[in-house]
Order: sequence, then structure tokens, then C-alpha cells
Amino acid sequence: MTELPGPKPAAESAVESQTIDPSGEEPREQSVRSLRGDAWRDLRKNPLFWIASVMILVFVAMAIAPGLFTNTDPRDFDLGEARSTPTGENWFGRDTQGYDLYARCIYGARASILVGLFSTIGTMIVGVTLGLLAGYKRGWVDGLTSRVAEVFFGLPLILGAIIILTSLQGEDDTYLWIIFQVVLAQVVLGWPSIFRLMRASVLQVTPNDYVASARALGASPLRVVRSHVLPNAIGPVIVISTINFGGFIAAEAALSFLGIGLRPPTISWGVMIDAGLAARSSAPHVLLFPALFLSLAVLAFIMLGDAIRDAFDPKSR
Amino acid sequence: MGTYTVRRLLQMIPVFIGVTFLIYWMVFSLPGDPTAGKCGERPCSEAYIAAFNEKYNLNEPLPVQYGLYMANVVQGDFGENQYGVSVSEELVERFQVTGQLGLMALGIEAVIGIAAGVLAGLRKGGFMDNLVLISTLLVISLPVFVTGSVLQLYLGVQWGLFPVTVSGEVSFYSLLLPAFVLASTSLAYLARLMRTNLADNVKSDYVRTARAKGLPERRVIGIHTLRNSMIPIITFLGYDLGALMGGAIITEGIFNIQGVGGYIFRGINDRDGVVVVGAVTALVLIYLAANLIVDLLYGLLDPRISLD
Repeated sequence: MTELPGPKPAAESAVESQTIDPSGEEPREQSVRSLRGDAWRDLRKNPLFWIASVMILVFVAMAIAPGLFTNTDPRDFDLGEARSTPTGENWFGRDTQGYDLYARCIYGARASILVGLFSTIGTMIVGVTLGLLAGYKRGWVDGLTSRVAEVFFGLPLILGAIIILTSLQGEDDTYLWIIFQVVLAQVVLGWPSIFRLMRASVLQVTPNDYVASARALGASPLRVVRSHVLPNAIGPVIVISTINFGGFIAAEAALSFLGIGLRPPTISWGVMIDAGLAARSSAPHVLLFPALFLSLAVLAFIMLGDAIRDAFDPKSR
Repeated sequence: MGTYTVRRLLQMIPVFIGVTFLIYWMVFSLPGDPTAGKCGERPCSEAYIAAFNEKYNLNEPLPVQYGLYMANVVQGDFGENQYGVSVSEELVERFQVTGQLGLMALGIEAVIGIAAGVLAGLRKGGFMDNLVLISTLLVISLPVFVTGSVLQLYLGVQWGLFPVTVSGEVSFYSLLLPAFVLASTSLAYLARLMRTNLADNVKSDYVRTARAKGLPERRVIGIHTLRNSMIPIITFLGYDLGALMGGAIITEGIFNIQGVGGYIFRGINDRDGVVVVGAVTALVLIYLAANLIVDLLYGLLDPRISLD
């Protein structure tokens, strides 16, 4: 959260913007200020960006190395102590099976973060590519991709996921295979919303003079799209995708709640919440802690999305 | 406008066929025995399986099966579920409940979402803006099934303000809490979308022009800015109706509402393909109709988007 000294940010923003060869030429960088350089400058000043980033880093660290946060084995249980409330030894208490809630909350991060990450990347790749194609090419390409998107959009997320997951699931699926199934379902059903957003955004950007002049100057379609349309149209997609990251984590939990997403013995916040709901009137803390972790993770991504949006929006300057 | 409507209607046909085929294929052709669970715990007799396959044309190639099924659907016949009850009749009953729930949620969403978004977007960075941003953040980050269960526990069970579950006669009052829960996430997204749009539009040239020519503030905001900010909102709402009705499955589960969502979920658990395909097909029809209306409104709201 500390402000970096003068010269270094300038160098960073130049590298970010890639307008100058990062290998050298320090003095000229001061004069170059690209959109991305400006955005980074703005982002650094936004406390929400730092809070969100730190939270996300913590969750990612949890996902990569849960051992850093706890020495307790999440699979150690003590049935006699089941539902015990938080104590100095078990910070979050124990759940209905007598597992240590703190350890399970930490270990549960991995499944959620993986599902969110892969789903976000997958929907973005498919949605942005097709959105650019449809919005820029128009004509039959637009017609065809839009219809295909409508077909997939026609399946509501939860319903579609239920159908996809029940048809894919077997009796003894491995950890990664289950996660892949959930990701696949979310990408198949989630890309049309990114596609629509991107297409609409491209439709708004394309009539602009700068696109027309780039064309008039003889830029190839690829260059027009890459350097002029994409940077100006992707803003909403980045924001929504960052927010969706949280949404995917929440959707994973919802699917686990319905009994078709991740399931025991996999440790995930969704599975824990599902178990906690059953005991919510007698032992609310069993529901509270995993719900808190899940909500904080979702919150972090939404805050990050907001911060990025504000920074990248030239109109907010 | 007339030709556009007709063209749009014609474009709906491939989409409808695509979605229904996708569902049909996933439900009936992926691994798994369609007759599993039809005869209780034991496997079905060969005679039953043969009769079942014959009845639903499962011996035919997939496109033929699908074609025969759709021919029935077009005539309003969705087949029978495993107890021999007509799916169409059950659907009509359950759609009334889910439809009411979905429309109530959409209404709550539109009113609260737009109001909150306008309050926030008019003065970006102000108190209302931060309040709306923080409260929507909280709503979005809480999963629906947690919000639903907790509200049910406190408002329903402990304080007795709302009915805990919806049983027997479905009334406006008994659906109020479920509709609110169902709307909550979309509502927050809508408020944020409205805020962003409005804040962007308030700074645009035509608003400055409207102010410069001396229009009263209420007209500048109410007519010029709001109407232009409404375009993405209408789109969002239109598409959301289908999502709300399809996503009602969780809310319906929590509040024990006998709607389409629960019907589909039970159908999947029982491996009752006829029920699943029928109910989802009906949902898709509604979704497509909502989409069409949105697309037609698009041209009316934004003259810059030409329909031809």
C-alpha cells in the first residue's frame, strides 16, 4: 500500500503500455502516457484495489499452500467435540462431523479458486473472440454466432449445469475431473453473456471516427480490431469477468448445495455450507464461517472488478 | 418494423430447435439408462424396456426420435411421466407458480434496482453511491441459498413475519419473501449497471446540450439521461426473466414451492427424461419470447441502432 518512489512507476507504466521497448531508453518514458499507464497510476491510488488484491492474494496463497495457514489436518475429526463453538484451540469451532472448521475453510479455498479461475478464463476466451468476430464482421457471421450463443444462453445456468453434470458424473470421479466438469458446465453456459457484452460493446465502438480513420489509413482488419476496437471495447468484459469470477465461485457452491457439484470427501466452501445449512438453527457457526470465506472471496473479486473499471474508463478521468 | 419482426420470429426457429435438441440429446443419449428408477429399486423387465423404447421411439436414430418428440410437443403433448400423469397438465399447474414467482422477482428487481442505481449514479462518489455500492456488494457476495435459508430462519421461523414455506394455496404474500430472495442477486447487478450507465451518460455531450439550452433538471435527467441509460437495463431485465425462472430451482427448493424448478430437479433425480425435456423446453419457449420482446424494444429505445 506504500507509494513507490518517482522514477520506478514511470518505468513500470512504460513496460505496461509496451509503447517503448522495455529494454532501455529511460529518459523518453516520461513523455509517453498510454491508457494502460494511466490506468495503473489510477489503480495504485485506489485503496479498494489494494484491499481486494491483498484479499485475493491471501486466498490464492490458501489455495496453493494451505499448510502455511494451519497445521491441523482437515480430515482429522473428533466426533465427541462435534458442533463445539469456537475456542482458543479450534478458532472456528468444529462442524457437525467434528472436523476443525478453520482448517477446512483454509483447505476449501483450493476448489473454489480453481473453479473460478478456469471458468473465468474459459468464458473470456470464447466470449471475447466470438464477440469481436460477430460485432466487427457483422453479416452472416454475426447471425450465426448470435444464434449459437442464443442456443446456449437459452439454458439457464443452474438448469443447464444440472443436466450437464448429471450426464457427466460417474461414481468414482477424481478431484480434478469433478472440478473440470463444473468448469465445463460453467463455461458452456457462461460464455454467451460475455459474448453478448463484447458484441454490443464492439457495435458501439466500431462506428467511431478513430476506427474509420484507422481503416482509411490502411490498417489491416486484424490491426484495427486489435489496436482500436479491442482495447476500447473490452472494458465492460473485464469488469464483468472479474465480477463473474466471484459469481462462478458462488455458482459452484450453489451446485454443491444441490448435490451435483463438488461433493464430500472433497473439501470446498460449497460442500461445507451445504452441511452447515442443515444445522443452521442449532449450530449457526458451522454455516457462518464457510459462508464468510465464500462471501469474502466473491467480494474481493467484485471490488477488484470495480477498481479496474474505474481505472480503465477514460470517461472517469 | 414489420419485416424485422417477421425476420426475428423466423430466426427464433433455429434457436428453438437448437436448444431443445441440445437438451433432448443430453438427457436421452448420454450414458445412463432412461428406464433406471422407473421400476423402483430393481431393474425393469425386458418387456417394459421394450415397451418404453417403443413408446418414446428410442429405437430410432436420434434425429428421428427428436423429430417425433417435437411433433408431439407442437401439439401440446409433452408425454407422460413415470407415474403415467400427463406432463403437460402438471406443467400448466407448475408454470403458474413459477411464472408468478419469476414476474414478482422481476418486478422487485426492476423497481428497487433501478431506483438504487439512479440514486447512486446521479452523484458518483456521494453518500448514496457508496451506500448502494456497499450494500450491492454484500448482496452479490452472499450466495442465494445462504440468503434464502437465513431469511427463512429469521423472518419466517423465528419472527414469524412471513410464511416459512409455500404450501397449499399460493398467494402473493407467501411468494413475497421467495421472490425477494430470488431477485436479490440480479437486483444488485441491475443497480450497479444502472449506476454505471447513468454516471457515464450524465457526462455526455447531449446532456450538456440539454442543460445549456435551459431545460429543467428534471427533464434533463428524467427524459434525456434516463431514457438512454435504460437500453442496457431493458436488455438485462428481458434476459433475466428466463434466468430467474430457470434459477428459481434453488429458491423453490428452500421454500418448498411446487414450481417448475423443483419439477425438473425431481425429474433429473428420478431419471425421468420426459419430464426434464418437457419442462426445460417450456422454459426455453418463455425465454425466447422475452428475448424477442427485448430485441423489438431495442429499436424503439435507441434510434441509433437500426433494425434493418
